[in-house]
Amino acid sequence: MSETKRLQEIASQVRRDIVRMVHAVQSGHPGGSLGCADLLTALYFNILDHNPKDFDIKGNNEDVFVLSNGHISPVFYSVLARSGYFPVSELATFRKLNSRLQGHPATKEKLPGVRVASGSLGQGLSFAVGVALQKKLDQDSKTVYVNLGDGELQEGQNWEAIMFAAHNKIDNLIATVDFNGQQIDGSVEEIMGFKELRTKFEAFGWLVMDMDGNNMEQILEVMQEAKEQTGNQKPIVVLMKTEMGAGVDFMMGSHAWHGIAPNDKQLQDALAQLPETLGDY
Amino acid sequence: MIHSKDIKESKDTRSGFGAGLLELGKQNKDVVALCADLTGSLKMDAFKEAFPERFVQAGIAEANMIGMAAGLASGGKIPFTGTFANFSTGRVYDQIRQSVAYSGKNVKICASHAGLTLGEDGATHQILEDIGMMKMLPGMTVINPCDYNQTKAATLAIAEHQGPVYLRFGRPKWPIFYPETEKFVIGKAWQIKEGSDVSIFATGHMVWEAIKATEELEAEGISVDLINIHTIKPLDNEAVLKSLHKTKCMVSAEEHNRIGGLGDSLAQLAASSFPCPQEYVAVNDSFGESGTPDELLVKYGLTAKNIVAAAKKALARK
Repeated sequence: MSETKRLQEIASQVRRDIVRMVHAVQSGHPGGSLGCADLLTALYFNILDHNPKDFDIKGNNEDVFVLSNGHISPVFYSVLARSGYFPVSELATFRKLNSRLQGHPATKEKLPGVRVASGSLGQGLSFAVGVALQKKLDQDSKTVYVNLGDGELQEGQNWEAIMFAAHNKIDNLIATVDFNGQQIDGSVEEIMGFKELRTKFEAFGWLVMDMDGNNMEQILEVMQEAKEQTGNQKPIVVLMKTEMGAGVDFMMGSHAWHGIAPNDKQLQDALAQLPETLGDY
Repeated sequence: MIHSKDIKESKDTRSGFGAGLLELGKQNKDVVALCADLTGSLKMDAFKEAFPERFVQAGIAEANMIGMAAGLASGGKIPFTGTFANFSTGRVYDQIRQSVAYSGKNVKICASHAGLTLGEDGATHQILEDIGMMKMLPGMTVINPCDYNQTKAATLAIAEHQGPVYLRFGRPKWPIFYPETEKFVIGKAWQIKEGSDVSIFATGHMVWEAIKATEELEAEGISVDLINIHTIKPLDNEAVLKSLHKTKCMVSAEEHNRIGGLGDSLAQLAASSFPCPQEYVAVNDSFGESGTPDELLVKYGLTAKNIVAAAKKALARK
């Protein structure tokens, strides 16, 4: 089996996990989770040099991934569990009382794989820059990855971090922007659009790359290219075109499924489109 | 007892922070400093010069500074952030809440120019709500040292403490009376003088005013139990209750809004464990204004005279 095919099969299971988790508690954010399922699968099963079996919150001498748009916790939890950070059965506790799988990622309950809380938007990039600084100080040659939502870029703190990272040549950092064009109240362009996000990042001094975030082959190729560009005095951002709800036809094409759960019938419709490849939790 | 007439030397508490930070830089290679374009004001220049690779100039971008500090701490560094108290707290409350406190990151938030005594810059910069905001965060340690020596000692001590800390200090030159050799223990009150009629609990710059007030009260035959609460959270419950059992009334003195500060922490403890009359010497739920530090302390009722009056009132209510 090709690596691309292997990852696509894992991503299918991750998507099943997402809709099942959100359905079980009738809350959570399936749209963005489905849209980022391919990227996070590629990261956790191919790209990251990490230690799922022996999680150390410090992340020294390993790649560190930061999820800034914490509301897509279902996809984060699924790839963490499926890659071995904690038992897959624990996905059934998502958003329930006394769970380590909080509505938005948190460290307080000590869930392996989570290094910082996120959910209040706009904070993850600064945190990731801090980790990148720490790695430079410690001569740790590994890479820091951070995923941002597109709507999230409306938060001003991001632009403080974007300025800082370019000015200080933070070149061990790869940011991905989940460009699905949707946010809670409508399309990003309608709410407060970016028009030219590429030129904005370029003007701030970043190296900008594009990729189809729902095309596994392209993800592997572009993320490899991005990795090769680290160490070149510039922070890197990959503008990742995704489809909110990707993989479940009726969830695609609008912002409607940002933060609502499928009912029983919709769950069955969704699961019918997503082959069970690794076994449901 | 410390006698105010014997105290000759004055220095700003922020310089105590700067001196402590420099020493930490030498002692501990994991200590890093971040500053939001106020290196001179925060007295961080010496650290910056001695350890340029461990100094991060964040620019006028405090939210990003706090986030980066959380990231640095996550990987094992001990970051000290420096800016004015207003920009260290209110401006970045959510960043501190989520990325630092909730995430349990070992960040030291060091805040200068707190309270009214920054003076002429006026109310935009005179934060009087910061202690309240910071002490409400679960897991946050809140320290407001009283002079140069104590600020330096506290700066050294917080590097040894695992967990987020808010360290609050100020701008003006202030008398130095904390013994240079005294070891600073987080959460352990400093008993300046034993007494039996009234307890005075003071923090920050107000400790000096409380020392002068104590002298006046003692001259009138009122025995004062004078305690410096440098650590507002965790509060030294044992020291406070021991004092209240002796005196059965108290005055709290702080350069902060009366809502949410040291006085409220003491009142909460007393209400649940040993209710007794309490008088607040604090800013009465208002913003500050421009003026010299001394003028402001008089106008807003934060002087030794106010503490003397409050002590007599508390005594009369026993």
